[in-house]
Amino acid sequence: MTMTAPKPTKSSKSGKNGNGSKSTKATSRADRTYDAIIVGGGHNGLVNGAYLAKSGLKVLVLERRHLVGGAAITEELRPGFWFTTFSYALSLLRPEIIHDLELVKHGFMPLLMSNTFAPGLDGEYLMFTQDHGQNQQEIARHSKHDADAYDQYSHDMEMVCQAIKPLLDMVPPDIFSDDPEEMIALANVGSRFKKMDKRVLHNAVRLLTGSAADFLDDYFESDLLKGYLSSSSIIGTKVGPRSQGSGLVLLYHSIGEHDGEFGAWAFHKKGNGGFTQVLARAAESFGAEIRLESPVDSVITKDGRATGVALQDGTEFYADTVVSALDPRRTFLELVNPRELPDDLVENIERFRFQGTSSKVNFALDGLPTFGDLDGSQFRGFTNIGPSMDYLERAFDDAKYGWYSQNPYIDCAIQSTIDADMAPPGKHVLSCFIQYTPYKLRESDWDSEKENLGDTVQRTLERFFPGFGDLVLQREVRTPLDIERTVGLSEGNIFAGEFFAPQMFFFRPAPGWSQYRTPIDGYYQCGSGTHPGGCVMGAPGKLAAGQILKDRAKVGAASGKTRVATRA
Amino acid sequence: MIRTTPFHERTSALNETQLWSHWSGHLAADRYQMSDKFEYFAVRNAAGIFDTSPLFKYRITGKDVEAFLGGVLARDIRACQPGNAQYTCWLDDRGFVIEDGVILRPGKNEFLLTSAEPNYAYFADRIGRFDVQIEDVSREIGTLAFQGPRSRNLLKQLVPQMEHIPYFGVAKGEIGGAGVTVSRTGYSGDLGYEIWIDTPDALHVWDTLWDSIEGQGVLPFGLAALYMLRIEAGLLLLEADFDSSRYAWNDAHRSTPIELGWAWMFRDLKNDDRAFIGRKALEKEIADKTSRWAMRGLVVDWRDYDRVYNEAGLIPPKDHAPVVEDWMLYDDDYERVGYATSFMYSPMLQRHIAIARVRPDFAAFGTKVNLEFTVDHHYEQVAAHVARLPLYNPERKTA
Repeated sequence: MTMTAPKPTKSSKSGKNGNGSKSTKATSRADRTYDAIIVGGGHNGLVNGAYLAKSGLKVLVLERRHLVGGAAITEELRPGFWFTTFSYALSLLRPEIIHDLELVKHGFMPLLMSNTFAPGLDGEYLMFTQDHGQNQQEIARHSKHDADAYDQYSHDMEMVCQAIKPLLDMVPPDIFSDDPEEMIALANVGSRFKKMDKRVLHNAVRLLTGSAADFLDDYFESDLLKGYLSSSSIIGTKVGPRSQGSGLVLLYHSIGEHDGEFGAWAFHKKGNGGFTQVLARAAESFGAEIRLESPVDSVITKDGRATGVALQDGTEFYADTVVSALDPRRTFLELVNPRELPDDLVENIERFRFQGTSSKVNFALDGLPTFGDLDGSQFRGFTNIGPSMDYLERAFDDAKYGWYSQNPYIDCAIQSTIDADMAPPGKHVLSCFIQYTPYKLRESDWDSEKENLGDTVQRTLERFFPGFGDLVLQREVRTPLDIERTVGLSEGNIFAGEFFAPQMFFFRPAPGWSQYRTPIDGYYQCGSGTHPGGCVMGAPGKLAAGQILKDRAKVGAASGKTRVATRA
Repeated sequence: MIRTTPFHERTSALNETQLWSHWSGHLAADRYQMSDKFEYFAVRNAAGIFDTSPLFKYRITGKDVEAFLGGVLARDIRACQPGNAQYTCWLDDRGFVIEDGVILRPGKNEFLLTSAEPNYAYFADRIGRFDVQIEDVSREIGTLAFQGPRSRNLLKQLVPQMEHIPYFGVAKGEIGGAGVTVSRTGYSGDLGYEIWIDTPDALHVWDTLWDSIEGQGVLPFGLAALYMLRIEAGLLLLEADFDSSRYAWNDAHRSTPIELGWAWMFRDLKNDDRAFIGRKALEKEIADKTSRWAMRGLVVDWRDYDRVYNEAGLIPPKDHAPVVEDWMLYDDDYERVGYATSFMYSPMLQRHIAIARVRPDFAAFGTKVNLEFTVDHHYEQVAAHVARLPLYNPERKTA
């Protein structure tokens, strides 16, 4: 696996520019004309391009950077040490995509993260393994009450997940439309809820609207267990476990699956960068062309419809379908002229909440950290630094007042214990997801605070794993500002817009525009800022492709032929 | 007392679960840590070590050994030159399979045959006037399977002679000063090797090997992971996918090598002048096309599989633990067309898969069949298609 530019495959219809070459000036307009152009080679852009190419369209994916993947990349920042720079695990990826895009053929390999370690502040810990009975015993060490409460909680959550999951795989009905088809779709969503068991529906609503703390307090008494579970309720979002809205985040982090097991997470071989390389190979195998180092300046429109894109270097590419895989702010306020859009959409996008609050600190380690008698070789999944709900809530308090947590929540993974290819023999890489680190700092900025954040994280790890600092060979700090600058995610929000009820489903990214179309004819959106949202899900890319193909078929039927690229 | 293998002192210290099976009267680890799937991925992504010592092993030597084995083994042993190994089988005189096994040929007149069940009497009783000696060396030799993509590069540090041996090649060398034989064989369907070690050297060789692989992501793996690997690899298991004709009560429990998918062993039968046990029946079966079954892989239609569970309001289980039971196969008219013998969810393939027998008229790759199992205590059928074995077959296995 290489993390360099993906090479065009033989099946690529027009592969000559796919390897990052910029010289296209000499090519004719016909050569620069496609059926569909996707702006942004993140995972959703790749999924979208792959589906469109698979259906026979001539597809061009334009990526600004030297590698595809967006926030799902893996980089060798030190010889032999591979860092999952940003995104670091898989769970929400829609299983249909694996099958539809034949990802297994291209190297899809979701390695099991086989346990989770949750250390406490007092030397105590919880170690969850794949052995159910052992997990009960482990919880009982902390609370006999919580041992079977945990089983009840898991079962209740699974019931909610199973009931809600189909919503992830559907285009949200347009509740503002009088189209009978949309009204039927809405009625179908309604009937889904109506059919739910009372308890499941009530739990679903509590999670979708309430706080994780309220929900968890109903089941548990152990602070350590509640700290661990509520950690999933804050990820990527500026809420504490006691904030209303954290239940939704908890639900999202429970509804993913690994080989059919809800809430289980996988580490793709070579990280999420390894995964997006698989996606790129799949897209290319269907004939999509991927062009690296091709930053798009704007979408070209004519008479209210998209006709192509212009790169920052002036090169133009043409297509009657243009898809933005970028976040809503870039899609509506930067790639096109907001004056071409309805006022209410512009207003909604302007107030769309990003407020990135997470950072990454990645380490190259000379050996494994230890916790009491446990050595790090046993940490084969996440290590959750969130020893109680109070700890997390206090970490949030700092963020409320414009500063980063002095005792941050850290979601760690020593990825080299899961995939030995991530580091040289005997050495390790540690990925740390950090919260809270608000995008906007009070009376300072991230360029000044970046290394101080790194120190804060390292100090926190030292507290749990004495001697940690001695193992550090290299440290990489990625603040929300770095995420914005490198990946292009506005304000560094990892979900391309917060998970927050008024920004979900019918309303993602804006009321009336949740069906992947835009007010500009032929211009579509497929980024994580659309339903069902962020995490490496791929659903927006897939669902948007379905809409595009449906629209093209309608136009084709109207004109009596299938549209092909004949503009030149 | 149940026997232990020559490596038990080490394997028992590593077995965090203390879960053991009895395998040919020996303790064999089911898994070493809480997740068998984690061990499975170690083999597919790095490498794993499996203690395969309980296999029966026979050293067969003597001037006439090639002629003897040519007569009792169905596959032409002459194609297995010194320094090689061969996957073979032996038949009864009606052309039914007694058993299969790997045979190593370390020297011109020296063979080492492995089998799952005891076969000493069977072979010894057929030596007749040949100058052949057979010796049961099962307890004298400990065997470690070292399987996975990293196996070659790690093992060559200890045994440089093995680096370039081909698939089913054999090399001799030393590990920590102890003489070992290395064969490029295994039961994982991956790049991999088996190391044959004299019992007194077993712990010393284990320690040397273990030290050499530290920090390389190599894990010891148990039977649970092995059984997953072998289904993906299309490798049959005695008493799961077939039975020995020696102990069968009737022909429904017997299989011919053609029915087990081993026709490739007899591709050159025309030019093979041996008179081996079962040959006439085998020739007749091939000529008259009387095979009852074809051995095939099945790939389950994931949408249909999810459908039956979703309709019942259940989460579609994707359980990697193999189900070794007869599950019936039907055509669309509910006529029985075969049966699956080993079923699992393959994490590598992201599909439910099976090893199955289908009627020869349903053997074409891509043929649709319906696999029957129970959901909520009633029968359901889901679509599957017939596929070539092995279902998982990485290039590195033979490269």
